[in-house]
Amino acid sequence: MATASPKSRPLSPHLGVWKWGTHMLVSILHRITGDGMALVGTVLVVWWLAALAGGPESYAAFMDVFTVKGGALNIIGYIVGVGLTLCFFQHMASGIRHLVLDTGAGYELKTNKMFATLTMVFSVLATLAFWAYQIWGK
Amino acid sequence: MGNGTELGRVRGLGSAREGAHHWWHQRLTAGSNLVLMVWFFVSLARLPGLEYGLVHDWMASAWVAIPMALLVASVFYHARLGLQVLIEDYLHDEKQFVFLVLLNAFVVLGAGIAIFSILKIAFGASA
Repeated sequence: MATASPKSRPLSPHLGVWKWGTHMLVSILHRITGDGMALVGTVLVVWWLAALAGGPESYAAFMDVFTVKGGALNIIGYIVGVGLTLCFFQHMASGIRHLVLDTGAGYELKTNKMFATLTMVFSVLATLAFWAYQIWGK
Repeated sequence: MGNGTELGRVRGLGSAREGAHHWWHQRLTAGSNLVLMVWFFVSLARLPGLEYGLVHDWMASAWVAIPMALLVASVFYHARLGLQVLIEDYLHDEKQFVFLVLLNAFVVLGAGIAIFSILKIAFGASA
């Protein structure tokens, strides 16, 4: 655990001079999607499993929150469902990117930017493909 | 060693011998999460529907219950490592300590309920 730092240590002046790059966006997205799923996704999965184990009534109570009477998703179902799948695919893609970076590869400026951009292209396409299959594929 | 600088307080003590542990376990569980979550998404997408009986029978199979229980263990461990870094980065002093303890409680409680639920379904106890 970090100890309290002395209050008046100097900061490097360059810390205020920067502009957004794709790699920074993907980096913070990795944290937001990961911690988002860790806080919201885990709770929903536990609720889903506990409701399923509890019997038809508790499962129906769970499903009622996210679906309309006919069984199709309601607005909450779509926001949570699409949101979590997008988070998952983004975190998965940038996680794989991190595993590649861990080997020491992919730090050249153009390669790095391309790989970072590809994680976002992948997450949007994979989310669209997943939901297209859910809605029209069956 | 007095109240010197942070560097002065740790100089000569050597490595804490646990620096790579968190990093390595995050990578290990990233790998197992990748395999198990791809399985989960494909299986869920291929289910003909999400009605109670259908999902319950599906989960009762050992081919689903075992990977599902492993998925919960792997995902919760990975989530705990990630949330730990979030807390360490943004919270300080006593607040950090309190939230790290709460994090462990959250993870153990969540994974405990999830795995119990899976086993209850798999071992066929009637609701």
